[in-house]
Amino acid sequence: MDLKLDHYTEGDTEVVVVEGEIDVYTAPRLRELLIDLVNKGNFHLVVNMEKVEFLDSTGLGVLVGGLKRVRAHNGTLALVCTQERILKIFRITGLTKVFGIHDSVQEAIDKRPEK
Amino acid sequence: MATITLTISALPAHVRTARLMAATVARRAGIAATAIDEIRLAVGEACSRAVAAHKLHCPTQPILLQLIDGAGAESTAKADGGTPGRVLRANGNATQRFEVVVSDRAPAKDTEESTNHTSPLLDGLFLDGDETPPGGISGFSPGLGLAVITGLADEVRIDPSDQGTIVRMSWPVAAERAHDPSSN
Repeated sequence: MDLKLDHYTEGDTEVVVVEGEIDVYTAPRLRELLIDLVNKGNFHLVVNMEKVEFLDSTGLGVLVGGLKRVRAHNGTLALVCTQERILKIFRITGLTKVFGIHDSVQEAIDKRPEK
Repeated sequence: MATITLTISALPAHVRTARLMAATVARRAGIAATAIDEIRLAVGEACSRAVAAHKLHCPTQPILLQLIDGAGAESTAKADGGTPGRVLRANGNATQRFEVVVSDRAPAKDTEESTNHTSPLLDGLFLDGDETPPGGISGFSPGLGLAVITGLADEVRIDPSDQGTIVRMSWPVAAERAHDPSSN
């Protein structure tokens, strides 16, 4: 399945909904969306990955790039993911220590570090 | 030993094709269902790395993917310079393996990756936006890709050279599929 991207505002947080496969072919689209949101002043992002079917290191690179961008504005980027096969790649690469990974969008918003 | 060979152009869109084919062949080879996702991801990483290297150095050259059902023993032993034979595990059983070989033609010395996985994973590995080299793939990080492969494959061997890099990955075929009469 190809990549589907959507986003909506929840308070002062922009929630990005990702569906499908994030790989070397589709990741640039996610990257462009994250950059666009940050450029428009959205510095608190939650990326909902519950409908992601595949994620590779290119996708991880894009997420880390997004994290770097929001942090430059004292912002945050949290993930929502409960799928074991997706979580596995975060564990292998040690990125579970870099991202806040939550079970739901509400939890990701409620547990934002500076709240 | 059955081999399927696939040649792809150095285009990101073809990585998905390679990934799907690897998963399909692995399933037919009798690989455990839990390992299919690992193979899909590891093959995708190896092909993404090769595509990124080709885009920088030799975009018109093809990338070779070999899916070898029942390789294990022979090819692993040959790769190690040893005598071909079946791989003996701790329990004494011979084990057939499903092997994937991804070969590119980009000179390894010029790529930014390293086969040394002992360096910190988060140390400068992420290419994004301005850090992407000219002709490179946005967001792609070769070092991270190799780290993922190492974490996923049961056995990995990476051979970089001036003529290109060969990434060999293998997984055991499920016991019932790899039944060896000599073990009765």
